[in-house]
Amino acid sequence: MSYVKGLFCKECGREYPAEPLNVCDFCFGPLEVTYDYDAISSVVSRERIENGPRSMWRYHDFLPAEAENAIDINAGYTPLIKANNLARSLGLDELYLKNDAVNPSFSFKDRVVAVASTKAREFGFDTLACASTGNLAGSVAAHAARAGMRAFVFIPADLERGKILGAAVYGPTLVAVDGSYDDVNRLCSELSDSYNWAFVNINMRPYYAEGSKSLGFEVAEQLGWRAPDNCIVPGASGSLFTKIWKGLNEFSSAGLIGDVNTRMFICQAEGCAPIVTAHKAGDFAIRPVKPNTIAKSLAIGNPADGYFALRVLEATGGSGCAVPEEEVAEGIKDLAEMEGIFTEPAGGVVVASLKRLARSGQIKPWETTVAFITGNGYKTQEVVEDTVRPVLIKPTFAAFEEALSVRP
Amino acid sequence: MAKRRAKFTFPTDLITEPVIFDLGHKFQVVTNIRRADVREDVGWVILELEGEEEEIERGLDWVTSMGVRIDPVSGDVIES
Ligand SMILES: Cc1ncc(COP(=O)(O)O)c(C=O)c1O
Ligand SMILES: [Zn+2]
Repeated sequence: MSYVKGLFCKECGREYPAEPLNVCDFCFGPLEVTYDYDAISSVVSRERIENGPRSMWRYHDFLPAEAENAIDINAGYTPLIKANNLARSLGLDELYLKNDAVNPSFSFKDRVVAVASTKAREFGFDTLACASTGNLAGSVAAHAARAGMRAFVFIPADLERGKILGAAVYGPTLVAVDGSYDDVNRLCSELSDSYNWAFVNINMRPYYAEGSKSLGFEVAEQLGWRAPDNCIVPGASGSLFTKIWKGLNEFSSAGLIGDVNTRMFICQAEGCAPIVTAHKAGDFAIRPVKPNTIAKSLAIGNPADGYFALRVLEATGGSGCAVPEEEVAEGIKDLAEMEGIFTEPAGGVVVASLKRLARSGQIKPWETTVAFITGNGYKTQEVVEDTVRPVLIKPTFAAFEEALSVRP
Repeated sequence: MAKRRAKFTFPTDLITEPVIFDLGHKFQVVTNIRRADVREDVGWVILELEGEEEEIERGLDWVTSMGVRIDPVSGDVIES
């Protein structure tokens, strides 16, 4: 069963029933799910979680949807690996990578869509929809396929090939909009008023966002039931960042882990860094930007949860890191060459940020640091196309040796 | 009659301009402000517009042409 009490407005505190709503009628502020935490604390335990399914649904007590009826493509329970090579190159002792690029549809979005789609079916919707630059589209289409629901996914027409294909293959109605991300955004928002569909990141958003908490839960469990000292997280809307923090704190309040003294670091690329820019200015007002970045999955110019992300930065003593565009592909290559993990630009931004944070001494060698790798490199191959330099030879022994002497 | 929620973000040079007042006068739309944060160099206003669909559309086009950024209130729908 789920322990949801209802929704409340993050701006004015007004309460609402647990319905497909995302905005407060009164002040138009964003809504968030509330739970009966006493009831949760009385049932949860480490053993109960350890005996649960090997997916994010092992944390169902903290999620706003019914696990028994989950639309489940096995999201979550991804590897947390100790990154010794990368750690050594940065002079760190205890660095971990949370490899969420290996989710079923190859990004962390499976976590949020698992909750949103399950909730959508609970509410009686027969159609899932979203506006997306790719990862979300793929995840929504995959979950809809699994559930036998209809899917409409909206993307800007000029998206990377791998992301378009990675959504199309699941058979949704793929709507390629002739316009920018902003145009897709506005269109879907308008459509959601007229169509009785579950737009996972519009009318389902309060439930959807909660799915990201499972990343925080999982990392704490995988570290042996403790919170890390530092979390390095990519930011677009800022939702993932705030929910990892929320997850750690819920675990602590429920007595599953000790106190949380984690510092939260949010990473963006310079071509779209409204959250980092506001933080550096010591300001809580986000100035929207027109994104122009290689990290398309993080290209949100007007981040919905930007303000709340800034609050988390302040509360945890963390900071923001905006990396130059040319360091993004470099970060992808570093991760691949040193740890054998192939990530997309969002992960490149994280690795590039990690390097900067380690070198500037903002994260210390003896601290436990977790870097979140949230998307898969196979969807954005264009970005590292220059690594393809095969040694081309005739199929003879001599040709091989000759080629090798040319290219040591 | 239709209703539309929107977030206007004003660049520095427009903060002192009565854009919302003008919107209500140039077009047949009623504006109803719900939340706002206006600083010296940037400002945003979250409001509801009420009027005929086409009139709202024309009004928003005019606001955009003035240099104001318009976003949906449902937050940024754009995620990858
Ligand atoms: C791979 C990847 N990482 C991180 C993010 C950031 O998520 P959020 O919008 O919750 O900040 C996104 C999507 O927006 C993404 O696709
Ligand atoms: Zn409110």
